[in-house]
Amino acid sequence: MTDRGATMTKRKFKVVGTRPLRPDGVDKVTGRARFGADISAPGMLHALILRSPHAHARIKSIDTSRAVKLPGVKAVVTRDDFKLPQREDLVDICRNVMAREKALYDGHAVAAVAAVSKAVAREALKRIKVEYKVLPHVTDVDAAMKPRAPILHRGLRTQGVEPKPDKASNVAERHEFGHGDVEKGFAEADIVIERSFKTEATHQGYIEPHACLASMGTDGQGDLWCCTQGHFMVRNVCAGLLGMEVSRLRVTASEIGGGFGGKTTVFIEPVALALSRKAGRPVKLVMSRDEVFRASGPTSSSSTDVKIGMDKNGRITAAEAVLRYQGGAFPGSPVQFGAMTAFACYDLANVRTVGYDVVTNRPKQAAYRAPGAPMAAFAIESVIDELAKKIGMDPLEFRLLNAARQGTKSSYGPTFGPIGLEATLKESKSHPHHLAPLGPNQGRGVACGFWFNFGGQTCVSLNISEDGTVCLSEGNPDIGGSRASMCLMAAEELGVPYEKVRTIIADTSALGYNEVTDGSRVTFAVGMATIKAARQAIEIMCARAAKIWDIPVEAVVWEDGYAKPAGANAGTFEPMSLAEIAESAASTGGPIAGHSEADADGAGVSFATHMVDVEVDPDTGKVTVLRYTVFQDAGKAVHPAYVEGQFQGGAAQGVGWAINEEYIYGEDGRLQNAGFLDYRIPVAPDLPMIDTVILEIPNPGHPYGVRGVGETSIVPPLAAIANAVSAAAGVRLTHLPMSPPRVLKAMMENEA
Amino acid sequence: MRYETPETAKAAAKLLLGAKGPAKILAGGTDLLVQLRSGMKPPGLVVDIKHIPAMCAIKKERGGFRIGAAVPSAEMGEHAGLGKAWPGVVEAAGLIGSTQVQGRATVAGNLCNASPAADSVPAMVAAGAVARIVGPRKRRDIPVEKIATGPGKTSLKKGELVESIFLPKRPPRSGDAYLRFIPRTEMDIAAASAGVSLTLDRKGVCIDARVALGAVGPRVILVKRAAKALIGTRLEDVMGVLAEFGDALSDYQNICAAAARPIDDKRGTKEFRTHVVGVLARRAALIAYQRAGGK
Repeated sequence: MTDRGATMTKRKFKVVGTRPLRPDGVDKVTGRARFGADISAPGMLHALILRSPHAHARIKSIDTSRAVKLPGVKAVVTRDDFKLPQREDLVDICRNVMAREKALYDGHAVAAVAAVSKAVAREALKRIKVEYKVLPHVTDVDAAMKPRAPILHRGLRTQGVEPKPDKASNVAERHEFGHGDVEKGFAEADIVIERSFKTEATHQGYIEPHACLASMGTDGQGDLWCCTQGHFMVRNVCAGLLGMEVSRLRVTASEIGGGFGGKTTVFIEPVALALSRKAGRPVKLVMSRDEVFRASGPTSSSSTDVKIGMDKNGRITAAEAVLRYQGGAFPGSPVQFGAMTAFACYDLANVRTVGYDVVTNRPKQAAYRAPGAPMAAFAIESVIDELAKKIGMDPLEFRLLNAARQGTKSSYGPTFGPIGLEATLKESKSHPHHLAPLGPNQGRGVACGFWFNFGGQTCVSLNISEDGTVCLSEGNPDIGGSRASMCLMAAEELGVPYEKVRTIIADTSALGYNEVTDGSRVTFAVGMATIKAARQAIEIMCARAAKIWDIPVEAVVWEDGYAKPAGANAGTFEPMSLAEIAESAASTGGPIAGHSEADADGAGVSFATHMVDVEVDPDTGKVTVLRYTVFQDAGKAVHPAYVEGQFQGGAAQGVGWAINEEYIYGEDGRLQNAGFLDYRIPVAPDLPMIDTVILEIPNPGHPYGVRGVGETSIVPPLAAIANAVSAAAGVRLTHLPMSPPRVLKAMMENEA
Repeated sequence: MRYETPETAKAAAKLLLGAKGPAKILAGGTDLLVQLRSGMKPPGLVVDIKHIPAMCAIKKERGGFRIGAAVPSAEMGEHAGLGKAWPGVVEAAGLIGSTQVQGRATVAGNLCNASPAADSVPAMVAAGAVARIVGPRKRRDIPVEKIATGPGKTSLKKGELVESIFLPKRPPRSGDAYLRFIPRTEMDIAAASAGVSLTLDRKGVCIDARVALGAVGPRVILVKRAAKALIGTRLEDVMGVLAEFGDALSDYQNICAAAARPIDDKRGTKEFRTHVVGVLARRAALIAYQRAGGK
């Protein structure tokens, strides 16, 4: 693992860039950490949810009378207990949380019970009688777009097309991006390749199921503990769904056992609150793994057509893609991001992408790490690989020839500032991995990937304690090591050791609004807020020193954890340490704290190049990943071990997505593999050690140059692995996952 | 739910015979406890056989090995003599679930759970293993392939349970092997599997063979025709030189593939399983041949 410098002059860091122990490590390995299901309260009830066994059905009636009468049952809720909210953005969430007129997918919640024990709750579910009228269903994206497909929502009219359609369809919205003249570009091309690709839906596969404890008081005040990527979002959405004032509900985020985007919305939390309100007692609700698969938010399945033309020297003259993503039972698939990111790695004169957001009888998708981008990259980077091979050019060389760089007008609009794509390509070209020989039935693939990254609303509070230690309160659940990174940045700014800072995730009443932990925003945005809060605290500490020394505040500087006189003219005073200033705070003006409330702008985009070697068993189609290297721009790696972990995690999830993970639906529209046995995320021996190379091309939008790193790492793997498998199998694989039956079939058809 | 821990096999059989309604035997519990947790209706009676000393031991008997019904597969893996005589059976038992699961899971339980994809069963069928069944009155011995009658169903009568599995004495120059196909490297269920046991003469010619296929039918399939294709050959003739002995190779592999009766499901397509079970049978035969001392 190597850290490679970029050309820009960089600040010398003392703490940032080191690899101290993670602050949550001991708790997690000793079992002291409290996850969603670990929170309990006196008098607590246990809740279970009754779910639709049908992919699409009208709910004619729900009879709960026999369940209510069962001793030990304290509350039953159905659609009648949820009023459709006024806020338009909450309507679909409300319908997803509890089915109304129709059940729209296998697993859609229909009723819920709170009882004194799980056993009683289980028995109560059996006593609820739901009368369904089963309707025709559709789960495939292409089938859902056909003229006579079963319609999910009679009122749905496709947005983004002119004239506005007057008939209902399953296409919720059309998006278009691009510039130049694509037709002219194709006319100028010497070689044009057109291909179609499909990817199956995958689940984020977080190990911790959704879990919460809800407690509603008779006075209308409520508390909720849950595992989430954004408790402020949970508070606002739940308050909206339950008709509460936002500040009456306090939400505390538990430790979180993985999210990857899947915990950026609500599923069970409003149900638990409604049950608690009805029962007058705390209610714990924990999803089973089966429920997580059937009724949380996997990502979209997709179908994409790509057409790229190049001249005989390998310069791309035009590029076009049509992307169709199904996002489950409600609009909002990430096809827009797919269409925006598809060609972001290339400097193109003529480019156009069109995306269709499609609804089907599947659970509503939720974000999954760089939502929408991996499937698009799979399609585009497969064709790029083929183009390079067509003219006998090294695929890295081909990408360098066409790569986006500073000043490139991106395919989705903005013009790029300093970016690291070229650096990752050059680094990968000279890496030992690229030069290593391959054996029989083996293939090597490369692919590039891009993600926007995000900033957003952020609020932190940094308190200097009287003994010179520091407490930082932030409002973003730590899914990727952010507490360690915040401690590092606060320590760097204040000039104290890492160990002197403790970062906690405060509840929703302690801080102003914080956006969800998503968009790889936290190390960037919360980091920036932390630095600002530390600087504010430093100003106060300088003022306190000035007061003690009786000199103007301008005559005091902060260096390495000490207030010092700015120069000889300021007088000769012994520098005062942070601890000394903190100790005297009571007599110099009271507590010392820094705050930051801002909407963080300037998140730097990030690029990666992945390189992977695979071996394909010619007799069974089984793919073994032999070697994997990630090259990615981190801007500045605050805690390099965590950055490497993000690189490796994205690649690992990509391996699963590429080779074995898929939602399998039966003819009846029911999910066939709602468990980790037949939904195959990689197990440890399925993966080689994933090697990483961190590049640091500073982001001008962050004081330390930080770019988000969490999502870019899952964008290239699908394509890189597909390119490697295609090379090893001798046939182009266009349908993910490349499971053994699919690969074997492709090879046998290719032979025949 | 009544939970009993009898100390003799006869007592266990009596409890089962006297049960009103469904009764279940608890050995390692790696199937039963999972089924109970995933919503199976609890049986009225659970009989834990781990308190029956004879069922908890591996014993040498007439040159073979008697494996008690409550012996976990991890113990089979640690038994030097057993591993030497029947490496294929021991490997198959060592593929069930995970390391933790193998600390509890038993091959008798694997057999009586009657899953067509059970890992240890094709290996035991190929090995010619015999199950000893104890009933309220008497014991009887039957070949293991006669236990499962279909997915989740066995030929055991009310009041009967498997007491032990007997692996017979090995003639010299014998070897066995088991291979399964799973999409990942571990913690998975076979999409197709094959167990092969061979005995060679001094010249390396196969004189006895048993070939069993798993996960490609409602129960494990013993393919006698495939065994016949191996007998009388040196396997390098059958397997090795594709160009010259192409017919013999495709004979054996095709016989296995043709014997398969797989279904299409989430774990694999019919055509995939049919092809792959032939591949596995070929590869397993080669390993068994080498273990038998064939070169």
